[in-house]
Amino acid sequence: MPRSISKGPYVCPKLLKKVEKQAGGKKHIIKTWSRRSMIIPDFVGHTFSVHNGKVFINVFVTENMVGHKLGEFSLTRGFKRHGTATDKTLK
Amino acid sequence: MPRVMGIDIPGRKRIEYSLQYIYGIGPKRAAEIVEKAQVSVGTKADDLTAEEISRIAGIINEDYVVEGDLRREVQANVRRLISIGSYRGIRHRRGLPVRGQRTSTNARTRKGPRRTAGAVRGAARAK
Repeated sequence: MPRSISKGPYVCPKLLKKVEKQAGGKKHIIKTWSRRSMIIPDFVGHTFSVHNGKVFINVFVTENMVGHKLGEFSLTRGFKRHGTATDKTLK
Repeated sequence: MPRVMGIDIPGRKRIEYSLQYIYGIGPKRAAEIVEKAQVSVGTKADDLTAEEISRIAGIINEDYVVEGDLRREVQANVRRLISIGSYRGIRHRRGLPVRGQRTSTNARTRKGPRRTAGAVRGAARAK
């Protein structure tokens, strides 16, 4: 079920404070674990370092990303591939 | 066979069903359109007067996005997801299910015919 509209988008209060603090000044990377925070228009142009459970992945927010959650851009799973057989492994 | 919207030629069926042959029109919209056009439900598409057909076409043109325009819209949405590098975009790019379905088994609609995975060995390994 989607979030009720009357509540407005969810943004972690701590994260929102950090973004507001650097609104005027120069922008540095904001480290966050809050993958569930919605990207609001104020975030555009900021870079976030979003935790994926293991490492932080840098996400530069563009206008198109508004309305998505931060976690959508920080993948938690990798894609696995099979190795190639070499002469050594076949013996 | 009457033509609605230039390309679509629904057949010898009741109008509310033949309209569903248009991409972007399902049972609900078909019923809506028939009602708005004030065509009596159940008339075969062939039996409609030219004037009724043009009324239906006008309503579709005005209120609904169908066929090519709709396909383009969907494509543009997918392209947006891919370009921003979101999880859903990556699933689209890789041709995997986008909405959290399992992929250990099944998911053949998205993945296509089975391909044997594993290290390449034997003759196929020709360097």
